[in-house]
Amino acid sequence: MSLIKCNNVKTVNNLKTVNNLRYMKDNYQLYLFILPALVLTIIFKYVPMYGALIAFKDFNGLKGIMGSPWIGLENFQRFLDTPDFWQLLMNTLKLSIYGLIFGFPIPIILALMIHRIKGAGLKKKVQLILYAPNFISVVVIVGMIFIFLSPIGPVNHLINLLGGGNISFMTEPRYFRSIYIISGIWQSAGWSSIVYLAALSNVGQDLIDAAVLDGANILQVIKHVDLPTIKPIMVITFILAAGNIMSIGFEKAFLMQTSMNIPSSEILPTYVYKIGMQLGDYGYSAAVGLFNSVINVILLLTVNEIVKRLNEGEGI
Amino acid sequence: MFKKQSKLDIFILISSNLLLGIMVIAVLIPLIYVIIASVTDPTTLINSGISFNPTKWMIDGYKRVLKDGSLLLGFKNSLVYSVLFSFISVVVTLLVAYPLSRAGFVGKKFIMSIFVFTMFFGGGLIPTYLLVKNLNMLDTMWSIVLPGAVNVWNIILCRTYFQGIPKELREAAIVDGSSDIQYFFKILLPLCKPIIAVLALWQFVAQWNSFFDAMMYLKSATLQPLQIILRSILVQMQPNPGMLSDTAQDTAQRQQISELVKYACIVISSLPLMLMYPFFQKYFEKGVLVGSIKG
Repeated sequence: MSLIKCNNVKTVNNLKTVNNLRYMKDNYQLYLFILPALVLTIIFKYVPMYGALIAFKDFNGLKGIMGSPWIGLENFQRFLDTPDFWQLLMNTLKLSIYGLIFGFPIPIILALMIHRIKGAGLKKKVQLILYAPNFISVVVIVGMIFIFLSPIGPVNHLINLLGGGNISFMTEPRYFRSIYIISGIWQSAGWSSIVYLAALSNVGQDLIDAAVLDGANILQVIKHVDLPTIKPIMVITFILAAGNIMSIGFEKAFLMQTSMNIPSSEILPTYVYKIGMQLGDYGYSAAVGLFNSVINVILLLTVNEIVKRLNEGEGI
Repeated sequence: MFKKQSKLDIFILISSNLLLGIMVIAVLIPLIYVIIASVTDPTTLINSGISFNPTKWMIDGYKRVLKDGSLLLGFKNSLVYSVLFSFISVVVTLLVAYPLSRAGFVGKKFIMSIFVFTMFFGGGLIPTYLLVKNLNMLDTMWSIVLPGAVNVWNIILCRTYFQGIPKELREAAIVDGSSDIQYFFKILLPLCKPIIAVLALWQFVAQWNSFFDAMMYLKSATLQPLQIILRSILVQMQPNPGMLSDTAQDTAQRQQISELVKYACIVISSLPLMLMYPFFQKYFEKGVLVGSIKG
């Protein structure tokens, strides 16, 4: 009995394989379409993953990746033993978690407000202005931060006018995170609101009319109509942002670094750059980078799991 | 039919619009400040900020920036990199998204997971650098345009767009005797102009505004893109000597002029995208919209 069943399963499997192979032969052109993207991805994404093995090696450029001797977790141990380890980790976490706490709700609030502007023309103009900073490069944004906040810049002019003394924003570690997060909101809050606005514009007017007829005020419409509409997008945005916690905004932090604000501006990715590219300690740098990536993945999976539980099984 | 709005509703609407107004102003002030500062007399600029008196405005800053030529070289390099990057990226994305959008495409899940995995995990900075070095691409423009050309978000976006095109269209074309390739190029692509525009613009802007790969991989001065040159002027505080020539003797004057030059650089370098973006706004938004339907 079971033998027959087993054979049947085998035959079905064989049949499936044959069918699949025939499909692939008949549609080989489609597989050629895949090829360029696949080759680029394997070369530039997967080969470096293999290259990350140097984190476990005493890497020597002349011997190559395979030729260098294994040293196990020595590089990781070295990283955990550096006096800066906890500060680096906390700087990275604080910068992104504060960024998430303040950066996540503002686009949603913006979308709810823009959605209620009467008059399509005015609405368009408001959107046009709020989206604009998104198109300024990170170099120029940081350049603007430096000149606005410099001792001879306009912000200090204003503080002087109001009777205060000069504040040296870019050299004081305690201002770094606030400057980073506020300028981030200035640049991208408007642009990030687009997805929510798109979802809100799909809400049927009849639903809102019905709610209003039933005596609902604006806050109730927001709570019972608007928020449920954008909830799926909120969930995905939040999970993806959480998955980016360890890598977010690296370029900006790097540019905003001055020798004086290092105590709060040195985060894991800038540290990786420094020891790898400037000091040439490839193996150790790759280990720190790998540590960073792994924490990233763990955070993504954890947040996804938590959100799934809170959200009746819906995550990504 | 419509009930009169309650007092609470009116209060909420007014304060919401007020808040929006404040935000719009908060976005505009720095932008306007930079523009006016770039034409303000440098001595006034340092001592008391911008001047609203148009008769005192001057274009000295712009003259100095344009005279130097390094910014123009950056413009030219950035244009080449951005156009090439955008072209490669869009072609590759369109090609890969089409089979992945087809129902019943054998291996779809597996191939998709190969791409999606790279969104969440990567080998890291140093292994990627070593790869580019081993491929002998250091200090060539390929190191700028190839490593980031495959963008998984854009593949998903494009695939979703293709899935929205009625299946019957392809069936009719096949009945009429065209192959998949003919259908793709002659029928599907002409229908996809909006998404092609979105992808091309996004990738162009992304490349135009990026500096990090160039900093990692390019050494020659003649290859540097705009953002690298801006970085040395704005962030590393080193205006090119050419922009400050004839002021070398006086340190105070030098500092004033260098502030003016920075403002002028910001305006000149950001202007193209700022002027272009309103015309393409609907395309940019459309891209986000297509993506959000999938989400």
